Amino acid sequence: MEETTHRSAAVRDGLGVGLAVGLSGLAFGAAAITAGLSVPQACVLSLLAFTGASQFALTGAVGAGGDLAAAALGALLLGGRNTLYGLRLADLLRVRGPRRLLAAQGVIDETTAVTLAQPTPEAARTGFVTTFASLYVTWNLTTLAGAYGTSSLGDPGVLGLDVVGPVAFLAILWPRLKAGGELPALAAGAAVIALCATPFFPPGVPVLLSAVAVLVVMAR
Amino acid sequence: MTLWWAIAVVCAGCYALKLAGLAAPRRVLDHPTVRRFAELVPVALLAALIAVQMFTEDGALRFDPARAAGLGAAVVALLLRAPFLVVLAAAAAVTALVRIVLG
Repeated sequence: MEETTHRSAAVRDGLGVGLAVGLSGLAFGAAAITAGLSVPQACVLSLLAFTGASQFALTGAVGAGGDLAAAALGALLLGGRNTLYGLRLADLLRVRGPRRLLAAQGVIDETTAVTLAQPTPEAARTGFVTTFASLYVTWNLTTLAGAYGTSSLGDPGVLGLDVVGPVAFLAILWPRLKAGGELPALAAGAAVIALCATPFFPPGVPVLLSAVAVLVVMAR
Repeated sequence: MTLWWAIAVVCAGCYALKLAGLAAPRRVLDHPTVRRFAELVPVALLAALIAVQMFTEDGALRFDPARAAGLGAAVVALLLRAPFLVVLAAAAAVTALVRIVLG
């Protein structure tokens, strides 16, 4: 009886997060087209990469006219945190074989947050599946809508859509900045490094160089 | 590297990174250096991406008042705990308005 309550609470959490965050696929679709990607390219990224920060990073670097290898590397570095989420979730999900291959695609910020917030392993699994399914469907549909809408729009700068990418990063970063400690200083240091490096390196490289700030923080 | 290749690499790589976590042995996570690195790297990269996309253009530093105003609007929206999409909409609207005003 109590387990049923836990599981319906997990479904509620999952649907809430999945639908709300999934809507921001609109922003990704718009940012991708603004950066010069085609509608199919934006949709393939949402279908197969399915991790917002990496998708925004790739399109942002492409839009800045960056070196594509550096752009891809930056996107993959951001995707590295999903590996750590996977480590956390492996014990809870206990998936093997083909189901593990399917579940892997759903290991991202939002599913991890909902899954780890549940009180029991059963509720955690329910939360994971609900968040993954609702977010995947919504994110992909809104990517298509955002990309298609923007591509029929003409100049996206007129609507201020060029600011959507960086602002999405800020919103993702915000909770960590508010948490205080060393993170705001790290963020400021990384931003300064990237800006100082910009005149001297090809686009995409300054962002990777900002990781030096991480080494400085860790060495302290 | 064409754009489609970059997209293929990112798609394959992002999936592999997710799967690696689900399939890796437990003790990897227990290493405190790994945990700390994973917590810090996204903060640095995201901050650098914001800075570069806001304040540079074609490999040079450039201040765009419209974009800066949009970022300011986003900060205000975040401080007011606005939902994600409201934050983005506020930033885009303010950027567009400032562009109209400044011509």
